[in-house]
Amino acid sequence: MSSSTSSGRPKRTLGWLGAIIVVLTAVLGIGIATNQTTGAPLLALDLEGGTQMVLSPETAGGEQVSSEQMDQAVEIIRQRVDGSGVSEAEINVQGGNTVVVSLPGTPDSQTRELIQASANMEFRAVISGAQGTATPEENQTALEDFPEPTAEPANGSDPNWVTPELADEFQKLDCAAFLAEGNREPVPEDEPMVSCDPQYGMKYILGPVEVFGTQISDADFGMASAPGGISTNQWAVNLSFDSEGTSAFREVTQRITPLESPRNQFAIVLDGTIISAPSSNAVISDGRAQITGNFTEVTAQALSEQLQYGALPISFNIESEQQISATLGQDQLYWGLIAGLIGLILVAAYQFYQYRALGLVTLSSLVVAGILTYLAIVLLGWSDNYRLSLAGIAGIIVAIGLTADSFIVYFERIKDEMRAGRPLAQAVEYGWARAKRTITVSKAVNLLAAVVLYFAAVGNVRGFAFTLGLTAVADLLVVFMFTHPVMQLLARTRFFASGHPLSGMDPSLLGQEPLYKGAGKVREFKTVEQAAPARGKRNKGSSKEAQRRQTIAEKRRLEREDQLGLSSGQQTSESVDAGSSEGKK
Amino acid sequence: MSRLATWGNELYTGKKSYPFVHRWKLWFVIAAILLVISGGLTLARGGFNMGIEFRGGSEFTVSGVSNTDPAAGESAVTDVVPETVVTATNIAPNTMRVQTEHLDDNQTLEVAANLQEAYGVGADNVTSTFVGPTWGQAVSQQAAIGLIIFVVLVALLMALYFRTWKMSLAAIIGLFYVVALTTGIYGSTGFEITPSAIIGFLTILSYALYDTVVVFDKIRENTDNLEEDVQRTFSENVNLAVNQTLVRSITTSIVGILPVGSILFIGAGLLGAGTLRDISLAIFVGIIVGTLATLFIQAPLYALLRRRDSNVQEHDARILRKRSSGSGEGDAPVTEPSAVSNV
Repeated sequence: MSSSTSSGRPKRTLGWLGAIIVVLTAVLGIGIATNQTTGAPLLALDLEGGTQMVLSPETAGGEQVSSEQMDQAVEIIRQRVDGSGVSEAEINVQGGNTVVVSLPGTPDSQTRELIQASANMEFRAVISGAQGTATPEENQTALEDFPEPTAEPANGSDPNWVTPELADEFQKLDCAAFLAEGNREPVPEDEPMVSCDPQYGMKYILGPVEVFGTQISDADFGMASAPGGISTNQWAVNLSFDSEGTSAFREVTQRITPLESPRNQFAIVLDGTIISAPSSNAVISDGRAQITGNFTEVTAQALSEQLQYGALPISFNIESEQQISATLGQDQLYWGLIAGLIGLILVAAYQFYQYRALGLVTLSSLVVAGILTYLAIVLLGWSDNYRLSLAGIAGIIVAIGLTADSFIVYFERIKDEMRAGRPLAQAVEYGWARAKRTITVSKAVNLLAAVVLYFAAVGNVRGFAFTLGLTAVADLLVVFMFTHPVMQLLARTRFFASGHPLSGMDPSLLGQEPLYKGAGKVREFKTVEQAAPARGKRNKGSSKEAQRRQTIAEKRRLEREDQLGLSSGQQTSESVDAGSSEGKK
Repeated sequence: MSRLATWGNELYTGKKSYPFVHRWKLWFVIAAILLVISGGLTLARGGFNMGIEFRGGSEFTVSGVSNTDPAAGESAVTDVVPETVVTATNIAPNTMRVQTEHLDDNQTLEVAANLQEAYGVGADNVTSTFVGPTWGQAVSQQAAIGLIIFVVLVALLMALYFRTWKMSLAAIIGLFYVVALTTGIYGSTGFEITPSAIIGFLTILSYALYDTVVVFDKIRENTDNLEEDVQRTFSENVNLAVNQTLVRSITTSIVGILPVGSILFIGAGLLGAGTLRDISLAIFVGIIVGTLATLFIQAPLYALLRRRDSNVQEHDARILRKRSSGSGEGDAPVTEPSAVSNV
């Protein structure tokens, strides 16, 4: 270990890398053993087959959609798609204002409509309420036994809205089944309805719509304050109405506040389901209401976001829709992988041509990078449902070339150092000291591009950016934790240190004068400075020239090293010994 | 190997030197001519060949066909919608593409069924795509936003890392040239511009700057201690750096092109138009243009930008004075453009 320099405990570094790979593999192994993942990457729709729709939001008045409203809209689409029985649907907001919906198979026109339609929020007064279970059949009242309404209903809270049919529907209503059903036909605004409040497990008969979601101007949440302005330590949702909403809401609260429970409640209904059914404690005449209850910060925020969405119901336009058959996707995947393999072989072949045995280092580094990338993709598929798309595969293949560049930069630096006269072991260290900066900053550029693309872009671009970023990270890990330590170890082997012609680091080819030991013997080499006196007269000039050609930075560095002595001194003297013993022969 | 290694050595020591910086006028003129030609050809062709994602419409891809008669595909559509414009093309062996105006859901299903029958393939071999006319715009708008954010951030990164904004500026100007020329090549050859091609363009940005950073890093190293250099002017130092990294530049672009080329070959040859081909085509062109731009545009541009800096001027004057005083050291072959003769 004496020959290792400050940066070097190569075996330990390799051990760490091995540990990372072992841990990742073990995690994956546990996942496979417990049937939580298959060990294969999840495939995106363009590879697996299915339908991908890209939607853009549309509001009635063309207002800007905030990101909270978008998230809310996507949440609503997700509930609807889940409710329609389509499994494994993926719905994401991408690039700020585009929604990408991916579904297996071909959606029917009903699902398509559900996805596009805007959610409907409305405020209805409660007429009657009960626990959210169906009345047991033996206790049910027969339809004809329900009384007919005695008069035309006078207002939204009037029990005269309840027809025998509605009463029958209400007694049979089971909230568990109702909520699981998901998608419901919208009830006309001037008719009563039954609905459930999933939060408290209650079911209600509701009057016609009295205030519309679009009449909400804003909603937020915070700590409720008592009349004196003192915070009550209780989470509350605040909402305010526009002018029409204010007067409509004033009428409702005027009417229901004095009523007995549950008729003093009003229900906020979103897509047919009650999201909140507060009771009214006071007449709200200024259009600014506060809802309190058993809110936590999270539930208060959720409700305020839902209310905000009501202020701006968003419908969606299908911008693009693609139906990909599974066989076509498999075809593309197959040929994509073949292309990747061919690319890898070509790159390896070229590296062997240029760097001889060092090509093996490149190839094994690429393989390690490939293993890391694969593990990352499979694990991300398991943990975050990351799906590999065709563009993602293209990203990985393109990354082969970008990854190999790190090694090229490093190898060229090693060569530069050897040209300056260093033996391989030193060249590996000094080359690394300079190459790692270049590699880090250039990878930072790659990573930056990948991150920006990932967050700004839509659709395919994302999958591509993701794998590009992932491979850049894998590349950095591999260069630092594999390629460099491996080079350190190799530099200690006789094959490489002696500059065997097949090692790719043959000093004679790097502008150094070889010193022949004779037939069948390996070559030794020296630094330029030491080798120079041994050269013929003619070479003297050119060696001076070579020294003169060194850049200032290089000269400075050499000077600094001479001063420091470093461990390089040790090795330099070793090579002198070798040279002088050679001279005696 | 040995010839390559010798060449690399000579480039490293400066024995052999290509005048990337000294002949900047020539390179810039060539660059401008290429841009004008590609732009002119694009105009002559009537602009870019925009993919269906930008025009809007419905597209069907039928794979595994043995009969590649376009008429069969066209009548499969006109049977359903008589008044529509249909183009059926054979885009790869055994693959047909049929493009029409926007069809509604039912029409799409009917056409897909007709196509299966017309080409005698199963339902699994027909893919349909509907694209609204604004989808391509949405993609390119997002791409443009991404481009701007990326360029600003990377310019900052480079300015901080290299501690001179002039490197950033040279790199970014070169970057725009790369994008302009690649776009021009796309336009003049009539390659279709699709969202996948746009992904390719965005990758070019990343690649071109990445490549520039590697070369600029060497330039910085060579010019870090300018005052102490007694042999080379600033631009000679820049030129030496470019030459010293030339082997890397060439190797990198070859290694970059090999895998991309294999996707391109397989993509275009066997799969036809699609994500793989469009991405790889753009990157293929971009890697070549990006590498050349670093050598012939960005590096000389940086030398030019620094030419008026007072420390550079002083240094250059000192070197030139020393040379003209005939100290005997002035015959360095890298110094004058005339030294190109040994290339």
